[in-house]
Amino acid sequence: MFVEEKTSLAEEIELLVKKHGNNRSALLTILHEIQKKHRYISDYAQQEIARHLNIHPVEVYSVISFYSFLNSKPKGRNIVRICQTISCDMKGKESLVKAIERELKIKIGDTTKDNKFTVEFANCLGLCDESPAMSINDRVYTKLTPEKAIKLLNEVK
Amino acid sequence: MNKNKNRQGKVIFSEYLRGDGIKKAISLKREEILLELKTSKLKGRGGAGFPTSTKWMLTAASISDEKYIICNADEGEPGTFKDRVLLVEYPELVMDGMVIAGYTIGAKKGIIYLRGEYEYLLKSLQDYLNEMRKDNLLGKDILGKVGFEFDIEIFLGSGAYVCGEETALIESLEGNRGEARNRPPYPVNTGYNGKPTSVNNVETLATIPHIVLKGAEWFLNVGTDNSSGSKLFSVSGDCAKPGVYELPWGTTINELLNLVEAKNTKAVQIGGASGFCIPKSQFDRKLSYEDISTGGSVIIFNESRNMLKVLKNFMEFFVEESCGQCTPCRIGNVKLLEGVEMIEKGEHTFTYLNKLKDLGKTMQVASKCGLGQSSPNSFISILENFKDEVLNYSNGGNNGRI
Ligand code: SF4
Ligand code: FES
Repeated sequence: MFVEEKTSLAEEIELLVKKHGNNRSALLTILHEIQKKHRYISDYAQQEIARHLNIHPVEVYSVISFYSFLNSKPKGRNIVRICQTISCDMKGKESLVKAIERELKIKIGDTTKDNKFTVEFANCLGLCDESPAMSINDRVYTKLTPEKAIKLLNEVK
Repeated sequence: MNKNKNRQGKVIFSEYLRGDGIKKAISLKREEILLELKTSKLKGRGGAGFPTSTKWMLTAASISDEKYIICNADEGEPGTFKDRVLLVEYPELVMDGMVIAGYTIGAKKGIIYLRGEYEYLLKSLQDYLNEMRKDNLLGKDILGKVGFEFDIEIFLGSGAYVCGEETALIESLEGNRGEARNRPPYPVNTGYNGKPTSVNNVETLATIPHIVLKGAEWFLNVGTDNSSGSKLFSVSGDCAKPGVYELPWGTTINELLNLVEAKNTKAVQIGGASGFCIPKSQFDRKLSYEDISTGGSVIIFNESRNMLKVLKNFMEFFVEESCGQCTPCRIGNVKLLEGVEMIEKGEHTFTYLNKLKDLGKTMQVASKCGLGQSSPNSFISILENFKDEVLNYSNGGNNGRI
């Protein structure tokens, strides 16, 4: 990582700590914001956050590893999550998965070569009445067909 | 927001004007509110069914300079989406319920723990809270009640089903892994930041303003003797009209199936992955605390569905979502899933399956939190109620019968 990048990330973290405080209870909120912007929380970011919050970096890592929305490894610029739970499963989740895998030429869980998409499974998104459902970043889409899903992916920058 | 408000129901979806419950509450003494709640016999709507008045009384009685009221909006049970509907279409009920809770237990701060999957609701909820602040429904001296101060903040979860368990939720709020705590101590005296905390389900809170405004007697008129009031059911799966329905406790499964226009129904999963799978022969059973108690997830399966596949989906869910803290749940769910896969491949023995059912029963008592205690329910109920179908394949058709 370049030094400038490091510094800008450090500044960012400093601002977040200013905004949310340096209590342990601010940890998840800070992690969430870094995750949202960078799509993952790097080792360096973890160390910086730990330093500000006065906890061991391992503590930060152990929290990240617990929550499925937080990652310590880089992901694609856009995260696509397809609900794999029963109601969506019954309404054609499998055909969504197949279409997306074909179209993006990856398997679920992977990131495309151009780093544009990471595709994952999600557990129930709370949209079972409009299944099958999937999310792209923090937006959700319902009553999908394979065709509709691919159209949505094509609209993503 | 506030679109599509043509839902019908006797309690939650009955008429309500923003702020009315708060107005009434602050004209009463705290004890009067607690008594009204006690008379109403309202029980927690998240599934566990603990009397709300008891929880509030204990929190109110704890002596502390700081107390918290937490709204558990971490609904992650497969097949549940009622909280989403309440937060989108009826935020006034949930928020007013929180303000009333704050007044009653003496808390100045409310926190909504919103599941990460619902991040798209965050903006509109925050706008809503700002409106409340403008109208003095939040803040200092609320609606002119001198000394009554309360505000609400929203905390976003990060995708962990187990955080729906109240002590895991508190751990998560404090910036830790969402691992359930040993109890006692209970949150009512040692909760968030070690302070007395009442954690309530979104639906429970949404019911409160109605009860405070219209009285316990009115509420008791709906439902059955031991299950007062109504319940929101999130209905999905094989039916023409999936969605959220408010029905009085005591409604039978058959009545619900008719309402949502389900045809050729073979089975209904009540209570999501952690609930029970009910076969057709029991569709006259009642949804109520005394018969089939539930947080409200209803998933419908018609004749075409393969129940072993359904069970496998549930067990995969639990293997993923177990927090791994205690052995019965961490190892147990993996073993149950392996059992399902054995049946799938025709490699099971009956002796082993019986052992797995026993393992399930051990998990129900030995697991540390609700997740591990309830995850064997589907395994046991599907294997018992759909034996013929599930074992059919490897036993030479029709479970070996001619
Ligand atoms: S029962 Fe499961 S989820 Fe609950 S504490 Fe034990 S391992 Fe964690
Ligand atoms: S099962 Fe897919 S949203 Fe609930």
